[in-house]
Amino acid sequence: MTDVVSKPVSDRVGELADPLAESPRERALAILQQQGGLAALVIVFVCACLFSQGFASSGNFQSIAVGNAYIALLALAQTFVIITGGIDLSVGSMFALGGVLAAWGMNHGGSAVAILLPLVVCGVIGAVQGLLIARARLAPFIVTLAGMLFARGLLQAMTDEGTKTYLVPRHAFFAALGDGTWRPVLTTIVLFLLGALLLQRSSFGQALFAIGGSENAALLMGLPIVRTKTLVYTLSALVAGCAGMLNASRLQSGVTNIGVGYELTAIAAVVIGGTLLTGGAGSVLGTAAGVVLLAVIQNLIGVHLSQYGSSASDLVNGAFLAVVVLLQTVLTRRRRLQ
Amino acid sequence: MTTPTSAAGNVLELVGVSKQFPGVRALESVDFGVRPGEVHALVGENGAGKSTLIKVATGVYTADSGQVRYQDSPVSFASPLEAQHAGISTIYQEVNLVPLMSAARNLYLGREPRRFGLIDVAKMRADARRALKRYGIDINVSRPLRSLGLGVQQMVAIARAVDIDARVVIMDEPTSSLEQREAETLFRVIAQLRESGIGIVYVSHRLDELYRICDRVTVMRDGKVVHVGDMADVDRLKLVSLMLGRDASEVRRSGATAFGDTRSTPSGSDTPVLHASGLTARHQLEDVSFAVRPGEVMGLGGLLGAGRSETAKAVVGALHTDSGSVEIEGKRIRRNSPAAAIKAGAVMLPEDRKLEGIVPNLSVRENIVLAALPRISRGGLVTRAKQDEIVSYFMKRLNIKASSPEQKVSELSGGNQQKVLLARWLCLNPKVLLLDEPTRGIDVGAKAEVQSVIDELAGNGLGVVLISSELEELIEGSDRIVVLRDGAIVDELKGDDVSEDKLMDALAAAPSTDGAEGAEGSIDG
Amino acid sequence: MAEVAAPASTFDRDRVLALLQDYGVYAAIVVLFVIDTALQSSFASLANLRVQLFQAVPIVLVALGMALVIGTAGIDLSVGAVIALTSAVIPLYLGYGVWLAIVMSLVGGAISGLIGGSLVAFLKVQPIIATLALMIGLRGLAVIMNGATAKPVDDPTLNALGIDSWLGLPEMAWIAAGLVVVVAFVIRRTTVGRQLVAVGDNAAASSLAGLPVRRILLMVYVLSGVFSAFAGVLLVGHGAYADPANYGLNYELSAITAVVVGGTPLSGGRIRVVGTVAGALFMQLITATLIQHNVRASYEQMVEAAIIVAAVYAARGRSGR
Repeated sequence: MTDVVSKPVSDRVGELADPLAESPRERALAILQQQGGLAALVIVFVCACLFSQGFASSGNFQSIAVGNAYIALLALAQTFVIITGGIDLSVGSMFALGGVLAAWGMNHGGSAVAILLPLVVCGVIGAVQGLLIARARLAPFIVTLAGMLFARGLLQAMTDEGTKTYLVPRHAFFAALGDGTWRPVLTTIVLFLLGALLLQRSSFGQALFAIGGSENAALLMGLPIVRTKTLVYTLSALVAGCAGMLNASRLQSGVTNIGVGYELTAIAAVVIGGTLLTGGAGSVLGTAAGVVLLAVIQNLIGVHLSQYGSSASDLVNGAFLAVVVLLQTVLTRRRRLQ
Repeated sequence: MTTPTSAAGNVLELVGVSKQFPGVRALESVDFGVRPGEVHALVGENGAGKSTLIKVATGVYTADSGQVRYQDSPVSFASPLEAQHAGISTIYQEVNLVPLMSAARNLYLGREPRRFGLIDVAKMRADARRALKRYGIDINVSRPLRSLGLGVQQMVAIARAVDIDARVVIMDEPTSSLEQREAETLFRVIAQLRESGIGIVYVSHRLDELYRICDRVTVMRDGKVVHVGDMADVDRLKLVSLMLGRDASEVRRSGATAFGDTRSTPSGSDTPVLHASGLTARHQLEDVSFAVRPGEVMGLGGLLGAGRSETAKAVVGALHTDSGSVEIEGKRIRRNSPAAAIKAGAVMLPEDRKLEGIVPNLSVRENIVLAALPRISRGGLVTRAKQDEIVSYFMKRLNIKASSPEQKVSELSGGNQQKVLLARWLCLNPKVLLLDEPTRGIDVGAKAEVQSVIDELAGNGLGVVLISSELEELIEGSDRIVVLRDGAIVDELKGDDVSEDKLMDALAAAPSTDGAEGAEGSIDG
Repeated sequence: MAEVAAPASTFDRDRVLALLQDYGVYAAIVVLFVIDTALQSSFASLANLRVQLFQAVPIVLVALGMALVIGTAGIDLSVGAVIALTSAVIPLYLGYGVWLAIVMSLVGGAISGLIGGSLVAFLKVQPIIATLALMIGLRGLAVIMNGATAKPVDDPTLNALGIDSWLGLPEMAWIAAGLVVVVAFVIRRTTVGRQLVAVGDNAAASSLAGLPVRRILLMVYVLSGVFSAFAGVLLVGHGAYADPANYGLNYELSAITAVVVGGTPLSGGRIRVVGTVAGALFMQLITATLIQHNVRASYEQMVEAAIIVAAVYAARGRSGR
């Protein structure tokens, strides 16, 4: 016994780090995966400024920012969900539903209803999804696919199968909520900052990471798993509904056919931003970079490949996603082998 | 630090605890106690009840009868978490932390230091650094845990446990995947914990370690405590005999298995049917070489975790090896995959029937012909006639009891499932049969049947490798026994040396050379 | 390991649940059909049956491939996007002959499946993630190939495939029936079919038994891609135009629902081919019933969502996961 105790403690400093855990090449790959979105953004941005006429103008920047501000919120909420190792495919429909509910609420009660109704309805749908996933342990993608169908059905039902569009009166308080250039952009920036704070500096955020990293460990460390998971899907739906509501205010109507495929853009942005699709790691800042990168590419496509519309950006989204997922898989697999 | 203790001086104790599972008595009025400031070894072979005991103590299971007492009052924890809050922490061999989060965040997960309602990251890091430094570990606490090596990960788990005021730390096989120098650090930390009055329950199969760091020992067998005492009072041989249940006082029952007394010595060619050379797998196997002749049953001996199953898996390509080769009848198996090994004629009955053996929702018939299917089908079409012939032959020969060949295999008893798996391999006409615990958990009748089949197969010229934790089965079933420890061959028993005494000696033997030196040198290689 | 025998009392309940999961869908189809016919006798007419089949057949085909994937405990989210891809490939090659166009569509589906399958089989990517990337990318690719607007597709052979009938039933229904028989036969009577089920049931044991696990995984994703592509061919033929932006939307969900409602567990190891067909027909019957009662499409969509969740929830109870 004694010989063990008497060993000097100080000379063992740092010796335990596994020399194989991170080779320079691995570290480079890891950094590429985590910061690749940002790096790609910088490169694409610089190239666009140099080679694409009219890209580097304040007018164009403004239109990129305003056009993507609210959609970015979907990616923000998706970041949280994906960090837990789940996925929310219903956000596109929730976004549309939020807008229709807001416009309907404006016409059936006023600004207060317009603001609260989308939050309540989307929040409730999200909570139901969350309970089905967290408590009944159903697969997230099935539940949220069903949720996507349900939300779309609900908004169609409210609008005579999408034929009726509720308008928002120009002078209502609600119309001013998401109007202009800076309001949407600032709202989004503030919400992203709050999101980052929530993720990094709150117990809720830590629980998200822990659940995605190892649900079993999280359970043994006493984290409230069911509550956290339920909450994250509620939050996702809530944020999506809120984004839809703000968007309706900006467009001054509840557009019915909006939001199809937005969930996929959001997922692509999140993953490009370095969040692991398998959960356990990710950042809001990365997601922001992913969102801006996809927005810039979409803008460039709009200018140079206008005949293809938004579909070219779908292709880019998918390709990006595939590459990043591959990178993530190769990285995590090599780690596991050690 | 003063901790209330019982009359016997125990901080945690189990008094007359029994626990029954359907069909099996896992614990039978077990008494167990750990004192503050002692390292208490808990040892026993597979199924002895160690893990059930730990689970009862930490609230995973509730005892059927008896009492768990902690700090001198009866307790009944509803979950491991509750036990943890009370001060009983368990460090599992698979570290139960979140690998992608930083060491600091792992240390304080769920109890982060706060400032203005937000997590105070700077303070958290400083605290973490300080907590780990206490154990001589100076690392960048912001790095993800998984980049830090298993040893450090375990230290973080221990630091977390101690930091939430643990009075008892239970360590389940903590060194099983550590490098030697990491283990050294662990031992140092254990000594430190001991000094500070924490009671430590230490589960391990490595005898060297037990003698080095433990003060007292509790030996379990078949759900009962068979020995409690000071570590220094039991020598290695005694300890092993206690674990394996071969007390000198116990009546010797010779011929309790269905194996024949003598098997005609393998005749004919001396060319081995199976030749494994230099099998090496990181952390698991170290240069394992052996040969099996036709008609020979070679036993693989060793305590739990010695690398017996790994050896069998390496032979049939189910374990990734870093180097080494396997030859069947002189022909080398090219690809490291089960399919290639099966094609060459080497098959393995896996240890874990449920996980790696049966395909639960398929019928008895389909489970039997699973591996043979490509051979007995024509043009990819499954022909029933041939199948039925094989299935009825083996069901009769192995006496498989099922309502019909179409019964779901998961509805069969363990013994019959095992026979189905045996049939799966035998219908391939293999040249080498590796059996990993072929009779574990099956009833006496089936056990005898399986044993006599093994005998018969060897008699027919098959090369057999037998792994068994039952001493009796191993000795009476094998012509020769190769003994493993820490993934390397340490001894070989032949002829008259195949006896309980000699095997026990071999199992209990201290490493021939300086263990630490040897292990370190070999891992680098 | 302890031998744990199931207590007798719960055994009966499990049995009832199992029966319900296995045959409930057939009973539900009969009940719905009887009710619909009772309320409106024309429901049972051949003409109506034909209309329903035209709707149901593409989903049956997609669900057939999906059932194979789910049988290996996987999932394929890319099926809708493959349909979109097909509707972009056909106009591209129609100038060189209709058969080349059809073959190229199927090749496209196979390549898509090859990519998804490789990710799953060799790189061990989770199936949902591997096919999600395809789901996003393929539709974009399809729209780029086709251009943003829908194109009319005027080809007698293709359109005949999409709208002609034989012996009173759609030609495509006969083809689908043939494929169903083939798949059912393959699953029940061929080596590869039995191996597929074994892999889904216990991959570790299958691998130890020397089964070609990776090849089988690759195969099911390729087949799923090909079946989806064929469904796309039929849809293009039926609609007489190609619209990659809208073709195949939500097909992954309909197909998964059909599979699960038909009694195939999402946990793998069991494939009910006929049940899958019944599942697809059942969902179509629900739609038809709701339409007959003038329930709007939007409500029908919400009902469908509820059925999906209910079916998955019910299946969960039995598989014990």
